[in-house]
Amino acid sequence: MNATMWVDGREVELSGENNILEVVRKAGVDLPTFCYHSELSVYGACRMCLVEDERGHLLAACATPPEPGLKIRTNSKRLLHHRRLILELILANHNRDCTTCEKCGECRLQELANRLGVTQVRFRQKKQAEPVDVGPALVHDPSKCILCGDCVRMCEEVQGVGVLGFAYRGSRLAVLPAFGKKMSEVECVNCGQCASVCPTGALVVKSDVERVWAALSDPTKKVVAQVAPAVRVSFSEAFGLPPGTVGAGQVVAALKRLGFARVYDTCFTADLTVREECHEFLERLNSGTKLPQFTSCCPAWVKFAEQYYPEYLPHISTCRSPQAMFGAVAKAYLPEELGVKPENLYVVSIMPCTAKKFEAGRRELARAGIPEIDAVLTTQELVRMVRQASLDFTQLEPEAFDLPFGLASGAGVIFGVTGGVAEAVLRTAAWALDGKTPELEFRAVRGLASCKEAVILLGGREIRVAVVHGLAAARRLLETLRAGEGKYDLVEVMACPGGCVGGGGQPLPNDTDHRAARAAGLYSLDRQRELRRADENPLVEKLYREHLGAPGSEEAKRLLHTHYSPRRRISGEEVAVAPGAAAKTKIRVCVGTSCYLKGSYDVLQAFHRAIAASGRAEEFDLGATFCLENCPGGPSVQVNDKVLGQMTPEKAAELVRSLSETKEQV
Amino acid sequence: MFDDNITSGRRFAAVNEIVEKHGRRPEHLVAILQEVQEVYRYLPEEVLTYVATSLGLSPAKVFGVATFYENFSLEPKGKYVIRVCDGTACHVRGSALIQAAVRERLGLKEGQKTTSDLLFTLETVACLGACALAPVVTINGDVHGQATPEKIVALIDELAKGERKS
Ligand code: SF4
Ligand code: SF4
Ligand code: SF4
Ligand code: FES
Ligand code: FES
Repeated sequence: MNATMWVDGREVELSGENNILEVVRKAGVDLPTFCYHSELSVYGACRMCLVEDERGHLLAACATPPEPGLKIRTNSKRLLHHRRLILELILANHNRDCTTCEKCGECRLQELANRLGVTQVRFRQKKQAEPVDVGPALVHDPSKCILCGDCVRMCEEVQGVGVLGFAYRGSRLAVLPAFGKKMSEVECVNCGQCASVCPTGALVVKSDVERVWAALSDPTKKVVAQVAPAVRVSFSEAFGLPPGTVGAGQVVAALKRLGFARVYDTCFTADLTVREECHEFLERLNSGTKLPQFTSCCPAWVKFAEQYYPEYLPHISTCRSPQAMFGAVAKAYLPEELGVKPENLYVVSIMPCTAKKFEAGRRELARAGIPEIDAVLTTQELVRMVRQASLDFTQLEPEAFDLPFGLASGAGVIFGVTGGVAEAVLRTAAWALDGKTPELEFRAVRGLASCKEAVILLGGREIRVAVVHGLAAARRLLETLRAGEGKYDLVEVMACPGGCVGGGGQPLPNDTDHRAARAAGLYSLDRQRELRRADENPLVEKLYREHLGAPGSEEAKRLLHTHYSPRRRISGEEVAVAPGAAAKTKIRVCVGTSCYLKGSYDVLQAFHRAIAASGRAEEFDLGATFCLENCPGGPSVQVNDKVLGQMTPEKAAELVRSLSETKEQV
Repeated sequence: MFDDNITSGRRFAAVNEIVEKHGRRPEHLVAILQEVQEVYRYLPEEVLTYVATSLGLSPAKVFGVATFYENFSLEPKGKYVIRVCDGTACHVRGSALIQAAVRERLGLKEGQKTTSDLLFTLETVACLGACALAPVVTINGDVHGQATPEKIVALIDELAKGERKS
């Protein structure tokens, strides 16, 4: 028999639990917590999880390792008193507008206050409503923040980004982006994982529900939807069914009841993506260029790469994501199919993902300045609409997706889970290279390990594949590539842990268990399919025949591909170096990370010296800036409106000389 | 120490020297910020972003450290920093009156600490440890004990006059 511990007088066997909290939960006591998440480091700050040992000492269960023989109590009068006190203190510092709060009904603070019977707050109310930061994907309301730090650790530890941090101290302590800027002004990639762990309404998904209701009630508009793979295995959770329950048919039925004219399947355009991405991959394999090829379907990953790994942008597949491919084919072909004017077709995406909201607004994906996706709703938001319409979701009769974009292979279905995109591409690549029915299940790329690697024999050659999820894992992989170690042909990156099934817009809780169950749901859907390779999809084939030609054709390139550009991380920062009084020439030397590492500081110094020596210092305005979005060509310098790359100290001196001379002549 | 006469270019060069001297080591952040603050007399946002870039830290982390320690200031400070003690001893002997008089003399609005010509900054501090001399005011570190509103305003007048001459 293993060692044991005693919880409220009952003996509990220890089997490798990391902390007392896990032991207590095993014993059937759901101890309240705010700052503990098994995926994150232990912070131990909220003190909700206090337990009492035999000597009456209070221990934070989440931060204390279990000890054989330890006897603890979880529910003495004293402990209850403590927890209530903590809650009252939090509530006095909280903008308590529950009835109109986005998080109402799903809020941990609200739930615990209710569960522990906090019926009054004896402290003076200190927090009032403040202006909120409405970003492209998320809304940040510091007046609802309880300073648990969950978002800080999620963004830093799991996503490797570090947007949010603790700032100030004492009564001013707050969780904020750098310099109190808006999240849209800093390096946030809109993945929404912070909102997935935030226990309150301080970080929530930006709602587009009202815009969609407006479109649905506009008689001139024909509103169509596409439903991403991961939505169908999480939607039912909100209506009390276990995670992973497949509810595609009910989601279609619900959308129809809400007034959507047609409901299509994003898995169809995922199949289309596989065709294009596989074509691109085989081309690169043959020519041996731009390998490894990185997947491009995750917009949080794409923004991350644009900010931190600009030199790898040519390696990212130029394929638009399935959401964006849907937008393209919908706006190109549906107006005729449905007999509506192009401007009256309104395309709504139902996504597990908050970053898809940002993607929909990307300049590169608009045609003639008009976005092809009109609105993006996360799973959470569609749940809300179903509730607002008082539909009894579990009673809905399943309905099928509409054609022509409603049929998908199993490959398109597993796009929603980490490893799925790589596996889908490999299935079709194997068919193309070996010309026979290939091994269909590439188990090595499945599962929740943060980095999965496999070597697969295709067409007589070894294909090295890596799959990462969570951007911190992506960062680790890219750093090994930067260091010249690790060699791969295909790398799949999804920003969210578990892939899209764990997206920032999925129903809460969105923890490891839920993600794993949803993943299993998608794999079972795949197994049930008759068609499991994207190239078997007859309707995709028909689309090529009637409109697109073949994968990689001019028309396919025009509609289905895109491009990426380096992106600065933080807005509006410039260091004055030599601001001339009568400046005619403005020079900004980039000291962003990429250029800094390439020696841009020496360039800056060279400019400075040359300007001082030119005898016309007052005509120059010299400064340093952070990223001119020309990173691979760095060190970069902006002279008035022109960005010059590959700057060296010598060229800088020369430039200043010629600029002072030309001016002399004028 | 802060020198009014050096150029912004020289200042920025000094920041770079500080970062290099510390071997761009993130664990030296606090020491680096201390030295940078001596160069600029405060910590400008863009300079903090530069420090973050060169140490490989997120700007949010550097911002967090810079706002945690009371000795750091993210706002520019004036050439003369006037600190009025508001510890218990000074408080009961009327330090609030001194504060009000200085505010009025400098024309500082609610929440404003530094005059727009960057000459004076007014701060209150918890206790300067010179309670026997209460109320106490320091101007750039020089201690003025048993201060009165009139005396301090007169000192400010004098300093302002000296500035106009130079
Ligand atoms: S965050 Fe929670 S407790 Fe706070 S107002 Fe919203 S629902 Fe209520
Ligand atoms: S959305 Fe993602 S990147 Fe942005 S703050 Fe949240 S966790 Fe960080
Ligand atoms: S925003 Fe949410 S997760 Fe972040 S510290 Fe505040 S309450 Fe915690
Ligand atoms: S959950 Fe243990 S201290 Fe917060
Ligand atoms: S770091 Fe992006 S252009 Fe210099």
